[in-house]
Amino acid sequence: MSQNLDWSRKDLIDLKPLSRAEIETIFQAAGAFKKALHKKDKKQDYLKGRTVVNLFLEPSTRTRLAFEAAAQNLSADTITVSASASSLTKGESLRDTACNLKALQADIIIMRHSASGAPNYLSKAIDIPVINAGDGSHAHPTQALLDAFTLIDKLGPLDGKKITILGDILFSRVARSNIICLQKLGAEVTIAGPSTLVPEGFRSMGVRVCHDLQPALEDADAVMLLRIQHERQTSTHFPSIGEYTRIFGLNKARAKWLKPGALIMHPGPINRGVEIDSELADSEQSVILEQVTNGILVRMAVLHLCHCHHRGLKIKLPA
Amino acid sequence: MSETQNILWIHGGRVIDPANNRDETADLFAVDGVLVEALSDAQKTEAHKVDASGLVVAPGLVDIHVHFRDPGQTHKETIRSGTEAAAAGGYTSVVCMPNTNPVCDNAGTIQRITDTVRQNAVIRVYTTGCLTIGMDGEQLAPSGQLKEAGIVAVTDDGKCVQSNEIMRRAVEYAHMFDLPVMDHCQDASLTGGAVMNEGEWSLKLGLRGWPKAAEDIIVARNVILAELTGAHIHMQHVSSAASVDILRRAIARGISVSGEASPHHIEFTDACLEDYDTLYKMNPPLRTKADREALIEGLCDGTLACIATDHAPHSPTEKDQEFDYAPFGIIGLENALASTLETLYHSGRCSLPEVIALMTHKGAELCKLNAGTLSSGAPADICILDPDEAWTVDAEKFFSRSRNCPWNGRSLRGRVKGTYLAGRPVYDGNAITA
Repeated sequence: MSQNLDWSRKDLIDLKPLSRAEIETIFQAAGAFKKALHKKDKKQDYLKGRTVVNLFLEPSTRTRLAFEAAAQNLSADTITVSASASSLTKGESLRDTACNLKALQADIIIMRHSASGAPNYLSKAIDIPVINAGDGSHAHPTQALLDAFTLIDKLGPLDGKKITILGDILFSRVARSNIICLQKLGAEVTIAGPSTLVPEGFRSMGVRVCHDLQPALEDADAVMLLRIQHERQTSTHFPSIGEYTRIFGLNKARAKWLKPGALIMHPGPINRGVEIDSELADSEQSVILEQVTNGILVRMAVLHLCHCHHRGLKIKLPA
Repeated sequence: MSETQNILWIHGGRVIDPANNRDETADLFAVDGVLVEALSDAQKTEAHKVDASGLVVAPGLVDIHVHFRDPGQTHKETIRSGTEAAAAGGYTSVVCMPNTNPVCDNAGTIQRITDTVRQNAVIRVYTTGCLTIGMDGEQLAPSGQLKEAGIVAVTDDGKCVQSNEIMRRAVEYAHMFDLPVMDHCQDASLTGGAVMNEGEWSLKLGLRGWPKAAEDIIVARNVILAELTGAHIHMQHVSSAASVDILRRAIARGISVSGEASPHHIEFTDACLEDYDTLYKMNPPLRTKADREALIEGLCDGTLACIATDHAPHSPTEKDQEFDYAPFGIIGLENALASTLETLYHSGRCSLPEVIALMTHKGAELCKLNAGTLSSGAPADICILDPDEAWTVDAEKFFSRSRNCPWNGRSLRGRVKGTYLAGRPVYDGNAITA
């Protein structure tokens, strides 16, 4: 399979600098991996003999497992480092940790970090590919890519499509990366939720800001729900979980405001009965588990593309 | 002591002495460390002659806000390295903040610093005392004893006294000793975990934002307390447009308050943080274009009394971290004159004498220092500069022990050609000569 693939980056830190063509290149690669996924042997050998390090300095299940699965599907050897098991707890700097990983022959570093901008810093500190698996409240590029990949799969091209992101936007790296990604793909984005977690300042990013659920939901082609991030908030941003559920939770009555066929998405982990009614999470409209599977595919694509560029290899995709 | 006098004759320069409304081509004379009107013929033959033609001869610069980290964090800076950096920047008098380790909440620490200054400093160094014990904001520090030990002002700089009652009493108490109070205006309840200005950029970067209101609330409180107590309160490193406005109106009403601006707040904005560069991380944080404009306005119309660097050294290792973890603060003594000239003079906003006033006598008057003028009888502390000479900032060549300078690599106009302390050269444009 030969195609014109537009990719010239060793790192994926943030979607802001990417062109629409680059994002579509990732989707093209993810699409090719999707077709191959159902074959007898789902493994590709593009990263055979390479070592991929998952440096997860903040807890994660889904993203870490999806990256591990993605790397293994590409035949890489994987090593996972968690914060509690790393020397960072002994006072080692991030620069030194990264240099040691490189000296241990890591070929790609995937990092999750609680401090915004940490992967920007890391990508300048070492010359091997760095993939951002979520940094603070800043960016979670592969999550946004898998969300958009899922949306396109279900809705077709996103030009003119209306997507609503509901929940804690202020502390959400998922929301920020999704706003950037969806806008680059031509969608119109609404963000909704309490004024303390959805500040008006976000209008500067070109989104509609809504504190009332009905207008936020009724013209949406898809609604993405976000979890309330207890670990990031100070206690001052909203009165209680009960209040949040009552005013902003997506329940069956409110789901009726949605257009028929509008999708319900969630990056996980979901808190059933808080931001989303349990039955809705399992309903026909929900694509939550497809998001998870697609998460492996777009991460395979990102790892493959960044590795090829870094090594100066021609990008090949499964036939 | 030698029998011969120490005689200095700086001739042919443009003498700018804003405190005396003086701006003329003239000669400047000093005998035994003190400026004099003229030299006798005998003195002229003996004088150390300096040709300043084509250059500006100004009072030695005065900075009422520096951190020299000595004692306690001498890997970042020492009295020696800090004063060398200051001399290279044209400064001859600086006021040190009390957040050393131990902090300056007792006369013994002041005495220790004064001893170090006597042994190691190449320029004049003045001390400040803490407002509260341990800078904890709870119990008054002994301002009377600290004054006897030599402090020129009281402040908990780096921290802000949160309790209005403690602040009120601290101000009232210091006023009895005629000590100005300098406050770092920050309502801590609004800045938990914050690392940059709250606004468009903090939202984009996902960094915890710090609203201007945190400063404005305390500036307003301090205005109210200055009126209540009659004491003078000086607002350190003002960064917000609303704070400038509050100060302007308070000063118009005759309340005894003042403010300073730092070179970085009048030049940079929060957009500089786009790449998470920790060299732009400081407290208070860089604000918006509108704030920067308001600060410049405030300096031009006199609302803000002076330029102060908030020279805050940190080692390269400390700054080389994730943005959230790096310490607040940057250094600026060695390029403050040039960067301020760029922002205020070369931009056409202020005249050269106005900029020199902001960097000399106006700060000196706030802390009642015998500095910042070229009056006859004043100490012969002098800065010779070329306001137009371009140079490139190279932090590797700094005299400071630290390198955390956001101007590093920038080309600026305004070069210090010589610094004199009490009539003796301490910096010759290249090297420390003291």
